[in-house]
Parts: sequence; C-alpha cells; structure tokens
Amino acid sequence: MNWDWSNVDAFMPRFWDGVLVTLQALAGGVVIAFALGLVWAIALRSTHRWVRWPVAAFTEFVRNTPLLVQLFFLFYVVPSWGPSMSPLVTGIVGLGLHYSTYTSEVYRAGIDGVPAGQWEAATALSLPKSRTWYAVILPQAVRRVVPALGNYVIVMLKESPQLAAIGALEMLGEARGFSNETFTFEAISVVGIAFIVIAYPASVLLRALERRLVR
Amino acid sequence: MTGAFFQSWFLPGVWITVQVTFLSAALAFVISFVIGLARTAPSRIVRILAGIYFEVFRSTSSLVFMFWIAFTVPMLFQIKFIGMAAGVIALGMTYGAYGSEIVRGALAAVPPAQREAGIALNFTRVQRLRRIEIPQAWPEMLPPFNNLLIELLKGTSLVSLIVVADMTFAGNLQRLVTGDSAPVYTLLLVVYFVLAFLLTRGMRLLERRAKAKLGQAPPKGGLFGGLRERGAIDAVTGTAGTAGTGGAK
Amino acid sequence: MSADTTPTDPTPADPHQNPAVDGSELIRFDKVTKRFGGNTVLDNLCFSVDSGKHVTLIGPSGSGKTTILRLLMTLVKPDEGTIKVNGDYLTHEERGGKLVPAGEKHIREVRKNIGMVFQQFNLFPNMRVLQNIMEAPVQVLGLSKDEAEARARELLDMVGLADRCNDYPSRLSGGQQQRVAIARALAMRPQVLLLDEVTSALDPELVAGVLDVLRDVARTTDITMLCVTHEMNFARDISDQVLMFDGGKVIESGSPDKIFGDPDHERTREFLSAVL
Repeated sequence: MNWDWSNVDAFMPRFWDGVLVTLQALAGGVVIAFALGLVWAIALRSTHRWVRWPVAAFTEFVRNTPLLVQLFFLFYVVPSWGPSMSPLVTGIVGLGLHYSTYTSEVYRAGIDGVPAGQWEAATALSLPKSRTWYAVILPQAVRRVVPALGNYVIVMLKESPQLAAIGALEMLGEARGFSNETFTFEAISVVGIAFIVIAYPASVLLRALERRLVR
Repeated sequence: MTGAFFQSWFLPGVWITVQVTFLSAALAFVISFVIGLARTAPSRIVRILAGIYFEVFRSTSSLVFMFWIAFTVPMLFQIKFIGMAAGVIALGMTYGAYGSEIVRGALAAVPPAQREAGIALNFTRVQRLRRIEIPQAWPEMLPPFNNLLIELLKGTSLVSLIVVADMTFAGNLQRLVTGDSAPVYTLLLVVYFVLAFLLTRGMRLLERRAKAKLGQAPPKGGLFGGLRERGAIDAVTGTAGTAGTGGAK
Repeated sequence: MSADTTPTDPTPADPHQNPAVDGSELIRFDKVTKRFGGNTVLDNLCFSVDSGKHVTLIGPSGSGKTTILRLLMTLVKPDEGTIKVNGDYLTHEERGGKLVPAGEKHIREVRKNIGMVFQQFNLFPNMRVLQNIMEAPVQVLGLSKDEAEARARELLDMVGLADRCNDYPSRLSGGQQQRVAIARALAMRPQVLLLDEVTSALDPELVAGVLDVLRDVARTTDITMLCVTHEMNFARDISDQVLMFDGGKVIESGSPDKIFGDPDHERTREFLSAVL
C-alpha cells in the first residue's frame, strides 16, 4: 500500500473539469435519448410496414451491439462521408442514439399500458391522430414511464466513461490523463467513488419517485 | 482488410471475446446466486452485507471499475493479473450484482403457498430453496438472464481498453495500421450482433426446456421476435422495472 | 375436548405407548391470541384435542378457524399464549425455567408429527406426482428412495391415482391434485392431519372423490384429524367432536349429533340454518 493523498489533491482541479464534461455529455445524451426514443416508439406503431420494419431493424441492431464500437464508428468512420464532430459531441450523439433504443422500449411499454378503450374513445370523438397522441395517450403514458426513464439516466451516467476511449475528457479521461502524466494511480479511485456518490442517491431518489408514481 | 490481419488478429480476437464472455458470465452467474440468495437470508447481517454489495456495484461504472482492477489494484496490493483476468473479474462482479436482483426477484415471485407447503412437509430452509423454490424460479430467471448476457457480451468490448486483444482491440489495431476504418468497424458491429443472436437462441432453448419441465407452454417469438425478452426484472437498470427492455409487465 | 383455562404440566411421554392411540391429550392451545393488524382473529383461545380424535371446526368465515390450523403448522406465530403438541411447546422452548421463542431445530422436531392439506393443494409444479410424494420422506425423514417409492405407490393406490404417478400436477384435475396432496401429507406418517377447507377450491363434481378418500383415512388410520370445512354432511360423518367458532372464540362444542341436531347456542343455530 502506497497511497498518497497529495496526488488526490493535485488531481482535484482536473477532476472537477471532468465532472463538468461528464454532466454535459449526460445532459446532451439524455435529451437525444428521450426525444429519439419517442420517435422510434411512435414509428414502431406506424401502420406502414416500410416505416415499422426499418426502424425495428435499426433499433434492434443498435441495442444489441456495443456502445464502444458505435462510438468508434461515429468518430472514425462517419467523418469520411458525413459531419466531423468533436469527441464530446460524438460521445453525446453515440450515447443518445444507443440509449434511444432502450427508451423506445420504455415508451412502448408505457403506451401499451394505456387501455385500448382510450384509443377507441378518441376515435369515437373523431380526434385527429396528432391530438390523440398529444392530449390523450402520452399524458397517461408518462406516469408509467418516468421512473424507468430515470433509471436509464443513471445507466447512461455509468456508461459515459466510454467517451474517454474517443478522447473526450470526462471524469475517466481526466483521471487517465493525470495518471499517465504524473505516474500516479490515485485518480481512478477518486472517479470510481464519485460515480457511486452520484449514482446511489440518484437511484434511491428514483425508487422513492417510483413508489409515488406507480401504484 | 487482408487475410493476414484476419488470421493473426481478428479471428483470435473473436475467440478472446467469446472466452471473456463465457468466463465473466460464469463468474456473474455464481455471484448472482450467492448475493441473490444472501439478500433473502434469515440473518439480518447477511442481508445487509449482500444489499451493500448490490447497491455499490449497481452504482459503479463498469469501465471505471475495470480500470481500477487492472491498474490501481496491482499498484496498491502488488499483485499482477494475467491476461484477461482483470477484465473478467470486473465484468463478473458488476454483472453479478445485476444478476442478484434477477435471482432475488424470481425467488420472491414463487407463490408463498409453495413455501408453506414446504414447511408443512418439514423441509429445512435450504431444502426448500434447493428442491422447491429455485427450480420453480429458474424459468422466470432465464429471460432476464438472457438480456443480461447480451449486455455482458457488449460489455466485453471494454476489455480492449485495458489492452486485452479481443475483437474490438483488433479493430482498433487495423484502423491504426491501415487508416481504413469503415470495413472493420462495420464487420465488428455485425459480428457482435451475430454473437448476441446466437446467445439468444441458446437461452431460448434453455427456457423452452425449463418451462416444459414445469408443464408450462413454451415461450413465443420466432426468428424476428427480437433479441430481448420482456420479463419482470430489468436486467439493464437492475430494477424490478415497470417498463423498458426486459421490464414490461 | 375441554375448554378449561388452567395450563396443565406436560406429562412425560411413555416410550412404550403409541401416543396416537392412547386417547391422551395431543394438542393444547393455552390462552392463544392472534392479531392481524388491528384485527383480533383469535382471542385468548383455550382448547385441547385428544389423540386419535377427529375434530371439525365450523363457524362463519373470518372466525379464525383457518388461523388455528396455520398456527399449528407454524405458518404464523401466536402473539400471546402457547401451543403444545405431545406435551412439547410448539413455538417456544424452555430455557433456564423461562419460555423463549423456539429455534428452527426445536420447531422442526415438534412439527414433524403434523401434516397439512391445503385449500389450493400446493403441489410442487416442478415435480411429477410420484416425486411430489417421495420428496419429503427422502429429504426430511431420510428414507431410502426405494422405501419412499413403495410408500408413495401404496398411497397413490389408496387415493385411486396409481396410474398418474408420472404426470406433472398441472396435468391433473383439481380433485386429483387434492388426492395427491393428501397422499403427500400421509407419506410423512403424521400423528395429526390438518385439513384446511380441502374441497373449497374444487368444482362441485370433484368434491365427493376427495371426501371419500378422507373418510377412508378416518376409518382405517388412527391419525388425529383437525378439519376446517363447509361440508356439513362430511363433518357429521367423520367427526367425534365439532367446535363452533365465532369472534375468535369457541362458543360451543360437542358431538356432531348434539351440534347439528340440538345446538345450545343461538349463533350456532343461525350459522347452521344459513349453511345447511
């Protein structure tokens, strides 16, 4: 055992930089995952199978392949024919895209949970399709969906260190950089504890929320 | 991509990925049962300790933990991991925590009347678990275990970052050497998907046999039924989910 | 049956006597109180059952009959009072002259004399019929597989299901499942058999088959039976004694002829006229 607290102190400024980047990546990723997931969920209920099938195939493929390889793909392959993005932006897109395929399942379950009679009532009132979704179905689905979505925010937080692999300097990236430059090893422990300190209270909070919303 | 790359890096990489998947799945499976059973133990202390394990590893980032095992532990305790051991330990311990929730949840779902029938026949707690409760909970565990196994397979790609030469590592090597990344990353994604597909087939087979043993109908879902199954426990978030992949009721 | 309130000292068991047939006291409830939430289901209940007797508990639902069986099976624990089986405390142990809650080992020792048949059968769905019956004799009593199988086949023959021994329970009708459950309980050679509304979950046409099996058991064995049922004809047939419960207490007890023919208590009369 040769733990040195002064190395921890020296790492702290860069740690906070990393926290900021992690939170940016998480916030961006969450927005994309929540929005895109809803798009997938609605597309999967489309009556046109040329909408349904490609979306089903795409989400199935993205969900069952590693985020890490997807990040490499977005960072190294996509720029050769598409937009070139910074590591952080690539990470946000990758994280958001990957977990949109999970949130779409959350929305699907939430929408399926709305009783069929609600659709029938909306049809009986001749509500337009958009109005049915916006005013009838989605508000009822939200209650079931919120805690599950919250859980995926925590999952995304825990997977965000993979962004370090394409050079985004979030918490783990900062810790690796610091360790390599100073030949010390304490930084990673700090980051590891930071994740537990953030994720555990968040999951406790979510469980409380779940108990209130889902009865 | 050249044949030489295939021979010397990619195919061995696939084999390493398969090995890491099976070894960490085996470790995770054992931990799932040890922690899952301990979380329902009569002793309060055992329950609390197992609960702490679950909460800590559910809140841990598996990649950060893997780095910690691979780089910090050897420095702190002067031990050396050989080959893929650090990756397997890290993956097994994290995914075992998620698995423990599957075991606990499935055991809790066994009707209490079955436990009572076991008491009425004067079984001990261990006998009840071994002969009655676990056999009945087993088919319920398989769908969420399937989802967890796919998550684990995806998670094995992380070992490439601690310099284990799995297939993702081979892909990165190819990019560095040739600068040509599109074919190899596409191939990687396809191979991961195919492996996930094969694992699902295998798990479905197990599930069908387990259900037949209980005299229940086999699960539905053909070739295009999707790779994930919808069970009561969400293997990805480690919660008794109300919605989500493997979480819909 | 006596409804006194003075606890009696445990009489030392005579090893040369089979306690199941000597007519001595087998079960004693002493000032037992059981509450669920704020609801007092059993209120300071005292009664005893002599060995070899067939006792039926009747009364309106919610009067605590099933709770008595569940207390005896240690599926629930009393809030106050003690239960003795064969002179041993069931859920308590004497340690240093004081009564303390019993450990698992003590409970299992006393409980081994008690068997139970449930309303919902509770067969193990993961085992075939034969295995359901053999499981506990092998695992708990330590019988060899051959002995246990011989015993199981004999019992299956008795309940008329010898040909179904390789089926899973889900393939059997409710009545057949209940007959297997009876065989399963009997395979443990219990001194006391608890029967908890064993026909209530059955389709009407299947009830008779199960009751015939139980009549058989009552006639051919000296097993003490404690029976909660709504089948009043069956109760009249097999019972030596009938206990009428209401509000967590025994309000009347006596021979079936007395209780069904000429009850003393107004509540008993009302209850019987409602169910007969």
